Amino acid sequence: MDIKRPRQKLDDRKILLAHGSGGRLSRELVSGVFRKIFSNRYLDELDDSAVLDNIFTAGDRICFTTDSYVIEPIFFPGGDIGKLAVCGTINDLSVMGAVPVYISCGFIVEEGFPVNLLEKIAKSMQRAADEAKVKIVTGDTKVVPKGYCGGVYINTAGIGVIRKKLILAVDRIRAGDMILVNGSIGDHGFAVISAREKFKFGGNIKSDCSALNDLIMKLVSAGLRIKFMRDPTRGGLATVLNEIVENREFSIMLEEKKINIREEVKTLADLLGLDPLYMANEGKVVIVIDCRDAGKALGLMKRHSLGRSGSLIGEVVRRPEGKVFIKTASGGMRIADMLVGDQLPRIC
Amino acid sequence: MKNSDFSYFHNEKICRYFLDRIEDLNNGENTCFMEVCGTHTQAFFKYGLKSLIPENIRLISGPGCPVCVTPNERIDKIIACSKDRNNIVSTFGDLYRVPGSASSLEKEKASGANIIILYSPAESLDIAQKNPDKKVIFFGVGFETTLPVIAVTLLEAKKRNLKNWLLFSAHKIIPPAMEVLVKSSELNLNGFMCPGHVSAIIGSKPYRFIAEDYKIPCVITGFEPVDILQGICMLLQQHVAGENSVEIQYRRAVREEGNKKAVELLQEVFEPADSVWRGIGNIPASGMKLKNEYSDFNAEQVIKIDFQPGSKEPSGCICGEILRGIKNPSQCRLFRKKCNPENPVGACMVSSEGACAVYYRYG
Repeated sequence: MDIKRPRQKLDDRKILLAHGSGGRLSRELVSGVFRKIFSNRYLDELDDSAVLDNIFTAGDRICFTTDSYVIEPIFFPGGDIGKLAVCGTINDLSVMGAVPVYISCGFIVEEGFPVNLLEKIAKSMQRAADEAKVKIVTGDTKVVPKGYCGGVYINTAGIGVIRKKLILAVDRIRAGDMILVNGSIGDHGFAVISAREKFKFGGNIKSDCSALNDLIMKLVSAGLRIKFMRDPTRGGLATVLNEIVENREFSIMLEEKKINIREEVKTLADLLGLDPLYMANEGKVVIVIDCRDAGKALGLMKRHSLGRSGSLIGEVVRRPEGKVFIKTASGGMRIADMLVGDQLPRIC
Repeated sequence: MKNSDFSYFHNEKICRYFLDRIEDLNNGENTCFMEVCGTHTQAFFKYGLKSLIPENIRLISGPGCPVCVTPNERIDKIIACSKDRNNIVSTFGDLYRVPGSASSLEKEKASGANIIILYSPAESLDIAQKNPDKKVIFFGVGFETTLPVIAVTLLEAKKRNLKNWLLFSAHKIIPPAMEVLVKSSELNLNGFMCPGHVSAIIGSKPYRFIAEDYKIPCVITGFEPVDILQGICMLLQQHVAGENSVEIQYRRAVREEGNKKAVELLQEVFEPADSVWRGIGNIPASGMKLKNEYSDFNAEQVIKIDFQPGSKEPSGCICGEILRGIKNPSQCRLFRKKCNPENPVGACMVSSEGACAVYYRYG
């Protein structure tokens, strides 16, 4: 019996297990969503692997990274899982001093996920990639049965190039170096908590999710004596700084007054008993820089749209404990230790 | 808090003013004040105030972290509730990792128990509404600050006719515990820094007997650096002058008569009962239990809990002595070794306001 079913437009449909089976529906999903949105000459071939142009010259080094993105809610103020997956990988490459060039993406989608949302996520990824001048060159989709994942998970990997001469390493850090950050901290973590818990307050907090490659390259190409960079994502600023001083002969002294924390973040943090120093950021970079170049770096940073509220938050000091200290606004001093486990909201 | 408030209450010059006053009043003798509230312990360290006050003036932590004083029996019993897959246990984050005699809610969740961390008790009502075939048990822990909110939640459950919302209560009130501490010969206290938020509810009168009968100065204090330094200053002033009264430093939140409406709500739903405190033992009329007319919401009366009494405290752990103020965390041989925030042995290492967690993190 041959029954012709009217073909639904992909837009109105939900992801079915068959979309991941490798058959006709898989092809439809790839050509109807991903190829349409990500289209570029590498991806359009739809081969098993993307064949890429050589971007390296003698002495350059290849920088290669991967990260998986699992976030609830998938859409949050200031971004979504797609933008996060592209920016996150760009930032991981950028803080190594690399120019990000190619990105891959793997989707794990839950059966029943609306195709139009998948499209929205893909568009957001392409927008982020365009802005950062990187190309999404290859990808993969798998579908898991309903209840096996929270909507959609994305893995991205990225390739970048580190031009010769540039050497960034914790080993190069010396007492007297300064610590530079490009703006307010904790925004992403609190934006996601507010969206997830649907708080009626803290609604103005937006994630800082953004690609940092342009800002970082402006600083790197200015020939400044940058010693080390890191993006303070999970675990936040305090965790990154603790990783820097761990088992070292130096410590870091921060000035609380210089650390930029938005008023609404401060309020929410107080209320929930969470510390912004340990909350995730997705558009921040911590730069350890020779003090002779710190002022110039700050000046350059402040002229960039992602660094307007940047500040020098502290310095590397000759204290052998290998700890992060904070001079508090009230004139006291304390340690900011490594975060253990998750921060959990408290009772009162 | 507005920015202007932040800059006032963290202002280095104002802090310096009170530090100078403390220096002037300081007679060099060993002086010991107890901050009853865990939020004070945390603020004292977090703002680096410990590094600023003279060494002979000691602030010791008291039994004011609600998670810390909850005895293992309560933890074990709620864990037993969570093992029944017909139940959903909902609670605040601090309680999630507290070790009981053999397990914790965190470990039970990993084994498949239905445990949900809340930001507000009201969320548990929505969970109950969405899961009519399950019993949703709210594990309520806290002092006078939390009790009115729990009372409101329960009254709302009643209004919404939610028959599957239940309270498992480990609520306590502060003044009876303070009396036990001043009566004991273990401590030689020169003053109490009384909890700001608890006092916003109960006012200053409930502490009067401490000042009048036991001759101990009391100052109800706020939680910002300027508050705490001014609080120490006021305690020192009373101590040096040989005066004993209850003063309010935290005027912007606390009135002598407290918050009458909140107290009425609390008394509508709860009544005093004996309660066991970790490290201290049973204190008469120091707990708050649901009144009989609300027994339909009392988890321990409504559901059968498969629970064997005989809870044990972990060996070597000195949480009890820390909560009584006679030892500090660094005197514990497990501290920073077997006991750390990743693998807490005792409750004081779990809550962000627990003395051990605060010493670990900021010390």
